[in-house]
Amino acid sequence: MSNIFSLISDKDSKGTSSATETQEYFVNMGPQHPSTHGVLRLLLTLDGEIIRKVEPHIGYIHRSIEKMCEKDSYQQIVHLTDRMDYLSCHMNNEAVCLAVEKGLQLEVPDRVKFIRTIISELTRLSSHQLWWGVMGMDLGAITTFLYGFRDREQITDIFEETCGARLTMNYNVPGGVMFDIHPNFQKRTKDFLKYFKEKLPEYDELLTGNVIFVERTKDIGYLSKEDAISFGVTGPSGRASGFACDVRKKDPYSAYDRVDFKEIIRTDCDSFGRYKVRIAEMYESLHIIEQLIDNIPEGDFKAKTKAVIKLPPGEYYQRVETARGELGVYVISDNKKSPYRVKFRSPGFSNLFALDTMAKGYKIADLVAMMSTLDLVIPDIDR
Amino acid sequence: MFKSIYKYLTDIFNGARTLLTGMKVTGYYFFHPKEIITQQYPENRDTLKMFDMFRGEVVLIHDENNEHKCTGCSACELACPNGTIEIISDKAIDPETGKSKKVIDTFVYHLQMCTMCNLCILACPTDAIKMAQTFEHAVFDRSELTKVLNRPGSKIMAGIKE
Repeated sequence: MSNIFSLISDKDSKGTSSATETQEYFVNMGPQHPSTHGVLRLLLTLDGEIIRKVEPHIGYIHRSIEKMCEKDSYQQIVHLTDRMDYLSCHMNNEAVCLAVEKGLQLEVPDRVKFIRTIISELTRLSSHQLWWGVMGMDLGAITTFLYGFRDREQITDIFEETCGARLTMNYNVPGGVMFDIHPNFQKRTKDFLKYFKEKLPEYDELLTGNVIFVERTKDIGYLSKEDAISFGVTGPSGRASGFACDVRKKDPYSAYDRVDFKEIIRTDCDSFGRYKVRIAEMYESLHIIEQLIDNIPEGDFKAKTKAVIKLPPGEYYQRVETARGELGVYVISDNKKSPYRVKFRSPGFSNLFALDTMAKGYKIADLVAMMSTLDLVIPDIDR
Repeated sequence: MFKSIYKYLTDIFNGARTLLTGMKVTGYYFFHPKEIITQQYPENRDTLKMFDMFRGEVVLIHDENNEHKCTGCSACELACPNGTIEIISDKAIDPETGKSKKVIDTFVYHLQMCTMCNLCILACPTDAIKMAQTFEHAVFDRSELTKVLNRPGSKIMAGIKE
């Protein structure tokens, strides 16, 4: 379609040149803007509608979660991480619990590992479904939002029945999970797998092939592999730039070393590539759950821990793959009942700061698509 | 020149085709209204049942004799990360042994601070509290969110020890 525009512009260029003096100017995108998905302020330097510089200003919903961890016991820290990246809350909880278990040198039962992995993958699916809906809505297609939420509802029902909450579940405790799985869990999950396998091709029909969508994402927001590595862009956004960074493959935790799945890597490096990686990851998540759901071993749902957990003095680091990328939890203990220092390496923070490199030279409307494909969750960035 | 016009026309044709592919999906649901899953919320309030595990708010379990199991040990108060629970205890004389014993005077629950993390329920040694499945917590004044969980005149069940 671009050819006809070049034909017109060719004719125009034969006329007089219309070069005029232009000046760069600033625009504040946010803190309140529908496409920033939260309170994020981007200070844009523009030349006409071409982006010259993007400067993210963060801190509008900083809640000092890392500082609050220093006064809480290890069991209490877990529920705070729900409030970071609320769309992958189970993985956040799991990261803290794995770090604490590493400190205690506690081997959790196999049943716990399987339950954690299944629920992690369900969380990833629900996160990607919401992202897909919101991505369409950012680009002006409200239909996708409703379709994404329709399918996400099935997963939140599973969570509500087994974990007790729909979004901030707090299902993990150091040593295991809070309760055993609900008797309906396996049946409901299998029903969902069957249901979603039929519905997932609809996502492609609705959005992936759509000409307006493809024109707005293909070759937009180029992020090279070198840049992705130097900015620490992980997760689907990094893998779309050819950076193999899946922690589930590189440093397997829970039951990921027992399942067979592909690490989705594309070399498009553009917004469309990031979109395709997430769609392909949904198929992989379904595949992982399928392998585990019938084989949950019998046993305890929690290893025995003391009521007051004290980690031996030292430093512990655990990383997991959330729906957005690599989440690292770094705990320093000084043998008290609360940690000396906790640091979270959140994926959203690193991904956001690649936006400047990505957006340079593109139009302001493309920035919305780029932010959408980075899948930013602002509480994750600010913590 | 002809090539570019040909490309222009095929682009238009392909573009329209991809749009129609999407509209085929939405059209299917337009003509199959039974597959729509929307619930009419305030109207279906009578039939709407939450899952048993759903965490709505903390309640103190009372039986038909207006007795509860809370000994006032404050384990839930210590387990709570947000200071949601406040137990004001009192001394009472046990009629059987004649010794003074710790009992709860008021079990204060600040719903506005609660994150429904379930740690208090896990901490309770006598299973005196549980999570209720209520979810309509909106009130007109913030002070209404501070609740007293033990009912007036209630007392501890016989045989419950710390």
